[in-house]
Amino acid sequence: MKAIKPLLTAGALALTAGLASAQTDITVAIQLEPPNLDPTGGAAQAIDSVLYSNVFEGLTRFEGDGSVVPGLAESWEISDDGTVYTFKLHDGVNFHDGTTMDAEDVKFSLDRARADDSTNAQKGLFAGITDVTVIDPLTVQVTLDGPNGMFLFNMAWGDAVIVAPESIEDIASNPVGTGAFTFADWVQGDRLELARNENYWGDAPALENATFRFISDPTAAFAAVMAEDVDVFVGFPAPENLPQFEADPRFQVLVGNTEGETILSTNNKMPPFDNKLVRQAVAHAIDRQAIIDGAMFGLGTPIGTHFAPHNPDYVDLLANSPYDPAKAKELLAEAGFADGFTTTLKLPPPSYARRGGEIIASQLREVGIQAEISNLEWAQWIEEVFKGKDFGLSIVSHTEPMDIGIYANPDYYFQYDNPDFQALMEELNATTDPAGRSDLLAKAQTIISEDYVNGYLFELAVATVAKAGVQGLWVNQPTAAVDLTVVSWAE
Amino acid sequence: MGPPGAVPAEGGQDCADLSVLVRCAAGYCDGQASAMIRYVLGRFLSLVLSLVVASIVIFAVIEVIPGDPASFMLGVNARADTLAALRAEMGLDQPLPVRYFAWVTGLLTGDFGNSWTYKTPVAELVSDRIWVSLPLAIYALILSTLIAFPAGIYAASRRGSAGDVTIMGATQLGVAIPNFWFAMILVLIFAINLRWFSAGGFPGWDNPMQALKALTLPAIALALPQAAILARVMRSSLLDMLGEDFIRTVRAKGLSRRQALWRHAVRNALIPVLTIIGLQFSFLLAGGIIIEQVFFLPGLGRLIFQSISARDLIVVESVVMLLVFTVIVVNFLVDLAYAAVDPRLRRKA
Amino acid sequence: MSRGLIIGAALSVVFVVLAALSFIWTPFDIETLNIPNKLKPPSGAHWLGTDHFGRDILSMIMMGARTSIAVALLAVGIGMAVGVPLGLLAAARHGSLLDELIMRGNDLVFAFPSLVIAILITAVFGASAVNAIIAIGIFNVPVFARLTRGAALPLWERDFILAARVCGKSAARISVEHILPNITNLMIVQGTIQFSLGILAEAALSYIGLGAQPPTASWGRMLADAQTLVSIAPHTALVPGFAILLMVLGLNLLGDGLRDWLDPRIRVARV
Repeated sequence: MKAIKPLLTAGALALTAGLASAQTDITVAIQLEPPNLDPTGGAAQAIDSVLYSNVFEGLTRFEGDGSVVPGLAESWEISDDGTVYTFKLHDGVNFHDGTTMDAEDVKFSLDRARADDSTNAQKGLFAGITDVTVIDPLTVQVTLDGPNGMFLFNMAWGDAVIVAPESIEDIASNPVGTGAFTFADWVQGDRLELARNENYWGDAPALENATFRFISDPTAAFAAVMAEDVDVFVGFPAPENLPQFEADPRFQVLVGNTEGETILSTNNKMPPFDNKLVRQAVAHAIDRQAIIDGAMFGLGTPIGTHFAPHNPDYVDLLANSPYDPAKAKELLAEAGFADGFTTTLKLPPPSYARRGGEIIASQLREVGIQAEISNLEWAQWIEEVFKGKDFGLSIVSHTEPMDIGIYANPDYYFQYDNPDFQALMEELNATTDPAGRSDLLAKAQTIISEDYVNGYLFELAVATVAKAGVQGLWVNQPTAAVDLTVVSWAE
Repeated sequence: MGPPGAVPAEGGQDCADLSVLVRCAAGYCDGQASAMIRYVLGRFLSLVLSLVVASIVIFAVIEVIPGDPASFMLGVNARADTLAALRAEMGLDQPLPVRYFAWVTGLLTGDFGNSWTYKTPVAELVSDRIWVSLPLAIYALILSTLIAFPAGIYAASRRGSAGDVTIMGATQLGVAIPNFWFAMILVLIFAINLRWFSAGGFPGWDNPMQALKALTLPAIALALPQAAILARVMRSSLLDMLGEDFIRTVRAKGLSRRQALWRHAVRNALIPVLTIIGLQFSFLLAGGIIIEQVFFLPGLGRLIFQSISARDLIVVESVVMLLVFTVIVVNFLVDLAYAAVDPRLRRKA
Repeated sequence: MSRGLIIGAALSVVFVVLAALSFIWTPFDIETLNIPNKLKPPSGAHWLGTDHFGRDILSMIMMGARTSIAVALLAVGIGMAVGVPLGLLAAARHGSLLDELIMRGNDLVFAFPSLVIAILITAVFGASAVNAIIAIGIFNVPVFARLTRGAALPLWERDFILAARVCGKSAARISVEHILPNITNLMIVQGTIQFSLGILAEAALSYIGLGAQPPTASWGRMLADAQTLVSIAPHTALVPGFAILLMVLGLNLLGDGLRDWLDPRIRVARV
C-alpha cells in the first residue's frame, strides 16, 4: 500500500500539471497582412481574417458552416412586406474601451457605411437601407426600399460590423470592437497580437493570447510550419506541401471549401469572344482535372457554372462542357476560326491564376488558340482588366458568397449582357420563399452555363495546417475569417 | 575645348581666408586650402543637385506606375463615389506639381506623410523597419569582413600555394552563387531539417539574442557573396602593396615577408578595401529585398516591395528617396575623406 | 593561357551551345504540359527529371540558357553602346562642364538601388524580358562610362595622341581611331564580367516574377516555381541553381583569364 500512495500522488501531480500547462496562447499565420485595421473602410480580406468575430461583431454573423446566426442582435422581427427589420440587441455588451454598445451605435455604423462620403468597400450591402431608427437603447429598426432575401446574410459580412463613434477616429490603427478578443499590438510587416477580452458578453474563449503572423511566400510558409514557428496556418499557400504535413504526426491538415468560384473570365464584348461558339470551344478545350492537379495539386472541386458546389441550390452542369479538344476545334472552325486566333491572358498574382494560366495557355494552344500570358499585380489587374476591360481572358477566383448576381450587370468586367438573365435576377431579389428562390437560382445557373459566359474551372479549396493539438478551427471559409473564439488546445 | 589632362592649378588667387594668408606668408601657399574649400563647395553643390534630380526622377517614375491606389484599397466592389471620396482623402485629386512640392517640402521638414494603406506616418514605418535592415546590413558586413580579411591575407601571404588556390576557387564560387538560391538552401538545411534556426520572421529587439539568431541565416546568405568579393580585393591590393617600393625597403631592412605584410602592407591595403566595404554597405541596405522576402523579415526592402504592389506610392517615394539620399551622402563623405587623405585626388578631380 | 581561362571558356561554351541547340532541338517539347508525369526524378528518359508540369528539365535549362544569355548580352550591349561613347566624350572634354555632368549623372545612377529601380520599371511597363534588359542595361551604362573615361584619360596624355592632335584630327576622330582600339581589351574583360552579373540579375528579376513571362523558360522562374517543391523534389530547385552557378562561374573565370592573358595590368570593377 505504501508504494501505491506516492504513485497516486505523482499521478495527481501529473494531472494538475497537465491541466495547468494546457496552452492558452496560439500563433496563427495567414498569407496577407491587413493594410490597416478598419474592416469598414477597405476591401482587404486580411482585415477580416484577423478581426472578424474576434474583435468586431455585427448584428448577425457567419458560423463555420456558412449559416447565419444571431450576433449582437439576439433576435429580430421582419414586417410582413419584408421591408422593416426590428432588431433586439443583446443587453450588457460593451466595447473594449468600456463604452456600452447600444442602438445608437448600430444606427451610427449603418448610417456611416451608407453615407455619401463612405469608404466602405461593400457599400452595395447597404444600398437598400432607407432609414435606421433607434426605438430604445436595445431596439433598432431598419427600413429597406423593398424586400431583400439577403439582408440578414448581408449584415453578417465583415464590412457590416458595429463600431462606436467614440473610437472611430483611430479605428485603422487601434480597432475597438465588442468581440471576445481585444487588439493588443501590431508590429507592421511581422505580427499582430490579440488578447482575451475579460469582460466579454458571451462565452469566454479558451485562448488568452493570439498572435497573427503574415507569411505570403510559400517556401517561408512551409518552413515556418515545419519548424513549428507557427501553430496554425490558415490558407496554406502551397498545396504541393500538404502530403508532407499529412504524413507527419505533429500536424493535422484540414481541407475545406470556400466561396471562391475560379473562372476563366472571358471578355464577352471583345471579338472573337462575342461569339458564343468561340466561348463554347474554349470551354471544351479546357481540361479541368489537369488544372486542378497541376495548379492546385488536386485541391478543388470542378464546377460547371458560377455557383458553390456545397450550396444546396447548386446544379451540376459539368456535362455542358466536358474536355473535348476535337469538338473545340470543330466549334472554332464553325465560328470561322479554323486556324485559331491570338488573344491575351492576363493573370493576377495568386498561384491558382499563375499556374492555372500556364496550363490553360498550353491547353488552348492544342486547339489553335494562342493566349499570350501577362502577369499583373492586383493593382494593375484592377486597372486593366476589371476597370479597363482591356483583356481577352483572365483567371480569377470570385470569393464573395452568393455572387451570381454579377452576371446581371452588363458593365461588370466580363460584360455579359443578357436581358433574360437580368429579369431573372430581379425576380429572385423580390422572391423570399425558399422553394421559389431555389428554382430561380437553378435557372440562373443553367443560363450562364449554357451561354458559356466564362470558362468555369473549379471551386477554390482552403487548406489549414495546424499542430495536432489545436481544436475548434473553421474547416471551411464561408467568409474570410479566422474565428478564434472557440479554438483551444487539447489537453 | 581645353587640352585634356592639363587643368591648370590656379594657386593663391583666393587667399582671402586668414589662415591661408598666414600660410601663404609662410611660403606654403600652393592654393591647397582654397582649392580644398572650392572642392568641398563643388561637391556639396553637386550633392544638392543630385538630390533634386533624384527626387524629380523618383516622383515622376512612381507617379506614372499604372494602377489606381484607391481602387486597389477598395477592391472590385467599390462604387465610383466611394473611390472619389477616398482619392480626395489621399490628396490624389491634386495636380502633379502641387503634389510634388507638397512631398518635397514635407521631406525637407522631416514630414514624410502618412502611409495610405497602413494609415500611419511613413517616418514611423521607416524607423520600425530600419531596425531590421540596418542591423542586418551591419551583421552581414561584419560576417563578410570576418571571413574575407583572414582569407584574403592568408591567400596573399601564401600566393600560389594550395591554400591560395583553394581560397580563390572558393571566392569564385561565392561570387557566382545567386544569394536567394543560397538562402533557400540554408533554410532547407538549417531551419527545416536541422531546426537550429527559425525559418524566418523577426521577434523584435526585446530579446537581443533571439533577434540576432533570427538575423543569422539572412546575414550569412547576404554576406557570403560579399565576402568572396572582399577577399579578392583584399588579396589583390595586398599583392600590389607587397610590390611597392616601401615594402621592399622595409624588407631590405630585415623584416620577413610576413612581418612586412602585417606591419605595413595590410594597413595600406585597407583603403581600397574600405571603399568596397562602403559600397557594399549601401548595397546591403537596399539590396536585401530578395533575402528579406525569403526570410519574411520586416525590413526596408520588403516595405518597398509591399508598398509597390499595394500602390502605397507615398511610402515607395519616401523610402526610395531615403535610400538614394543615404548613398549620395555616403559617397560625398567618402569623397571628402579621400580628399583629406590624398591631396592628389582633389587636384585631379 | 591559364587553367581558369580554359575551364571558364569551356563552361561558357557549353551553355552557349546548349542555348544555340535549343533553337533547333530540345529533348522534349516544353510547350506541351504533361501533368501526370510531374516531378519525376532524373532518369534515362529525363536526364534531369521533370518539373511540376511534367516538362523535361533539361529542355527547360536549354531554353532558359537562351533567355539568360539573350537578356544579359543585350543588357551589356546597352551598357556599352551608351556608356562607352559617354566615357570617350567625358575624357575628350576632360574638366569641362559636360565631363562633370556625365560623371555626376553616373554617380546618380549608381546611387539608385538597382533592384528597386528594376522593380519600379517593371511596375510601370509590365514584366517582360525586354524590360528586364532595359532595367539591367541602365545600370551597365555608368560602369562602362566610368571605365572608358578612366582608361581614356591617361591615353590623352600619350605622345601618339599628341601627334594626332598636331595633325589636326578632331577629338571625335581621335577617340574613335586611337583611343577606342587601345581600350578594347579592357572592354572585353569588363564586358564578360558584366555579362555574368547580367545572368545573375536576370535570374533575380525572374525569380521575383519580373523577367521573361511564360511560356518562355527562364532559370530564375524555374527556381521560383521550384521553391515549394524543394523538399519533395529537390532536383527541381537544385538543377536551375547549379545552372546559374556554373554559367556565372564560367564567365567569371573566362573574364579573369582573359584579363591575365590579354593584359595583366587591366583592372576591372566588380561591384
